[in-house]
Amino acid sequence: MKMNHRKLLLFCFAGSLLLLLVICLLGLLIPESAVSGSFLEARQAPSWEHPFGTDAMGRDLFLRTLKGLSTSMMVGLAASLISAFIALLVGVATVLPSRLLDSCIRWIIDLFMSIPHTVLIILISFSLGRGLKGLLVGIAATHWCSLARLVRAEVLQLRNQHYVAVSRRLGKSGSWILRHHLLPHLAPHFLVGMVLLFPHAILHEASVSFLGFGMPPEQPAIGMILSESLQYISAGMWWSALFPGLLLVLIVLLFDRLGENLRKQLDPYSAQE
Amino acid sequence: MKNLLLRLSGRFFLQLLKMLALLLAVSIIAFALISASPIDPVQQYILNLGTAVSPEQRAEIAEYWEQDTPPLTRYLSWLSHLLRGDLGESSLYRRPVAEIIGERFWNSISLMLCAWLFAGLIGFSLGCLMAMNEGKWADRFLKRLCYVLSALPSFWLGLVLLLLFSVWLPIFPIGFSGPIGMLSENISFWQRLHHLFLPALTLSLLSFGNVALHTREKLIDVLHSDYVLFARARAAGKWKILQRHGLRNILLPALTLQFSSFAELFGGSVLAETVFSFPGLGSAVAAAGLNSDVPLLLGISLFSALFVSVGNMIAELLYGLVDPRIREAAR
Amino acid sequence: MKKIERAEESAFPARREGTVPLLEIMDLSISFRMYGEGLAQRVLEPISNLYLRVYPGEILALIGSSGSGKSLLAAGILGILPPNACQKGRLLYKGKDLNPERQAALRGREIALLPQSVSYLDPLMRVGAQVDGYRKPFPREKRRSIWKRFGLPMQTEKMYPYQLSGGMSRRVLLSTALLSEAELLIADEPTPGMSLEQSLEALRTLRQEADKGKAIILITHDIDLAASFADWMAFLYAGVTVELAPARDFREGTQALRHPYSQALWRALPQNGFQPIPGFQPYAGEEIPGCRFADRCPYQTELCRAALPPIRSLRGGEVRCYHGT
Repeated sequence: MKMNHRKLLLFCFAGSLLLLLVICLLGLLIPESAVSGSFLEARQAPSWEHPFGTDAMGRDLFLRTLKGLSTSMMVGLAASLISAFIALLVGVATVLPSRLLDSCIRWIIDLFMSIPHTVLIILISFSLGRGLKGLLVGIAATHWCSLARLVRAEVLQLRNQHYVAVSRRLGKSGSWILRHHLLPHLAPHFLVGMVLLFPHAILHEASVSFLGFGMPPEQPAIGMILSESLQYISAGMWWSALFPGLLLVLIVLLFDRLGENLRKQLDPYSAQE
Repeated sequence: MKNLLLRLSGRFFLQLLKMLALLLAVSIIAFALISASPIDPVQQYILNLGTAVSPEQRAEIAEYWEQDTPPLTRYLSWLSHLLRGDLGESSLYRRPVAEIIGERFWNSISLMLCAWLFAGLIGFSLGCLMAMNEGKWADRFLKRLCYVLSALPSFWLGLVLLLLFSVWLPIFPIGFSGPIGMLSENISFWQRLHHLFLPALTLSLLSFGNVALHTREKLIDVLHSDYVLFARARAAGKWKILQRHGLRNILLPALTLQFSSFAELFGGSVLAETVFSFPGLGSAVAAAGLNSDVPLLLGISLFSALFVSVGNMIAELLYGLVDPRIREAAR
Repeated sequence: MKKIERAEESAFPARREGTVPLLEIMDLSISFRMYGEGLAQRVLEPISNLYLRVYPGEILALIGSSGSGKSLLAAGILGILPPNACQKGRLLYKGKDLNPERQAALRGREIALLPQSVSYLDPLMRVGAQVDGYRKPFPREKRRSIWKRFGLPMQTEKMYPYQLSGGMSRRVLLSTALLSEAELLIADEPTPGMSLEQSLEALRTLRQEADKGKAIILITHDIDLAASFADWMAFLYAGVTVELAPARDFREGTQALRHPYSQALWRALPQNGFQPIPGFQPYAGEEIPGCRFADRCPYQTELCRAALPPIRSLRGGEVRCYHGT
């Protein structure tokens, strides 16, 4: 039977989730001892024994990258779940017929959009004394805006639909309309939006830990590994910059494409391409 | 025409008011966040001094930071200083914050402007090219390329560019805005450009993909419209359609988008400047955050919000010029 | 109730023996590949087995309810279908094959489209410049004389499409077609949203153009108007031509018509009893081996469901039915 677009997509979705799970588990299962290298093995180029080479302290970069990626993905996942939840609350609040509330929400979104996200994450991270908590809150606080905008636009459009107006005229309550008309329609958009948030959150986690905010130095985060590699780049340790980043890019790209393809399936016009 | 001007200036003042309100809110949030931090600015200041401090000196510093006054009073005093142009003194660089921002802004703006122009011009043209060849191999290939580019972490891209063009092929310098050890007034234009190239390329590649994809999508919408169908029915060629209907309908929206992308631009510059040790606002804000340089962190945060807001304001004003329905209504 | 005066009979004695049709379409089908429910991929065929002929000096009205793919036909004739469309069948223009190269050479010159609404004008471009078209030198003087004839004020040139009234936009659109001196005019639903007076005026203008020797394909679902102004009518059912009949047959009534669908259409008109046809037109994606109308047809037999009837001549017209008499 011919493999068409949708089946392929379903297959990819299952595969990506599996990969996510495997990397997270690997990160948890790799013992600390495996990444505490010796100076005898420092600065080795990639080989069969060390596929990504070793860093300046002799630690195996492949295992460190996996461990770092697992941390980044878990932070990214948690942050995107939190910000998706905020986005849903804010978006659905648009249903309420209060104009004041509506302009308040719009203003708050504008406010969050007017500070560059990296700067806001730095501020929040500073406020919470750096570390994991600051990173998580910072990423969650900066990522809900775009999804909230999307949910809001959908809600506004739905609110003006005739069938919603008919339900209202028939005396259905606001919560009935919310449950029967809005949520079923919003759910797929929201889920796809959440999938699309995930690669962004990973990317921001990596960027901010690259800048030095976030995890303590002994915790391998992918951004941290790359930030260390920056110091040795002129010494010719190309592998320490190239491979960990490449793996990060692959993961980000995978989930980004997955989300985009899911989104296309929602939009009947472009689904025909 | 007079009416139009009047209306535009009305819009302008409205936007200006909105921007000021937004900036005030940003200043409150930034101040509140920093006040809530468990990191002790006095301790950090002393650490940054790098020398031993007597208890008297310590008390003096604590007094300067107004540690014992309530946050609201401190905020108001900071705000009144701010309105007089005094942003405090950076504990990291030991110079007035306003001076640091003023100096580094020119480095940053040249970096961001280059990246912005490059990403805008090339991205826009490439987007048009893709839309004109929708579905063909060139479009499919470029589309993939743009997706990949827009998903790349900018700092890693910077690292790879450094590896390629500074370490393996030493064409470009490893970092900074000019040769090390040279006084800034002695650095020539070409030397500056030479140092600017890689960071600007990194920064522009970040938004380049998005600009191209956005242009592509908008132009495809236009090309699928009824009026383009009619133009084709009237034997207008591909390029004629692009010139007469395509550009007319997508150029100003693209420009609007370009102006509202200042937030990503600034955010990206933090990373690009850090990778290339480029002395701009971005690397300064990261350093300020890491070294708990509170006045500098506050100052640059506020300045970045101002920068973004100005972009958004220009975008809003442009938006009013795009549509003849809005324009003619003003007559 | 609508009462429409018939315009005077066509001055052109079209359809003499041996005259070559200006445009002849045989077994045209236009299909798209689509995703259906679930994971299946399917082919959508809004037009299939389309058959029509149009001669210089006559108006051929193409009748069909919405969803029968009428508007796609215009794009098919002009060769400007979307890239995911697949077109099969034969098009003959002046007796010669209308291939893509010829389509490109003829469109906008010999074959012109008269679009249905103001959305076919660029919203950001002034009307005058749009009508003048894409080829230099711009035919400004000629356009102005046409506008004068139509009674369009000259300041319309400087307006944007959204500023045009319904009547003005129709005249503006028509002026684009007349500017090209096309021999074949495809009018795509020119009347919806107009008052009866405006529609009559629009069709009267088209009639005048036909009487000067142009061939006009009038795509419409306003049967009354079409029957009054057209010379020939082509009835489409679910994208298939079921009958080609002189318009006077439709004015006479069911006994002159050949296909049960066109007869049912006649009976469904308010002045003829307002009898609706039971059932629904099949969806364009449904694969139906036999006659698409069979489900709703009183005369259906096993044969109708087994194979699509061929088109055949009958009493001076043509019909795609095993039973039509």
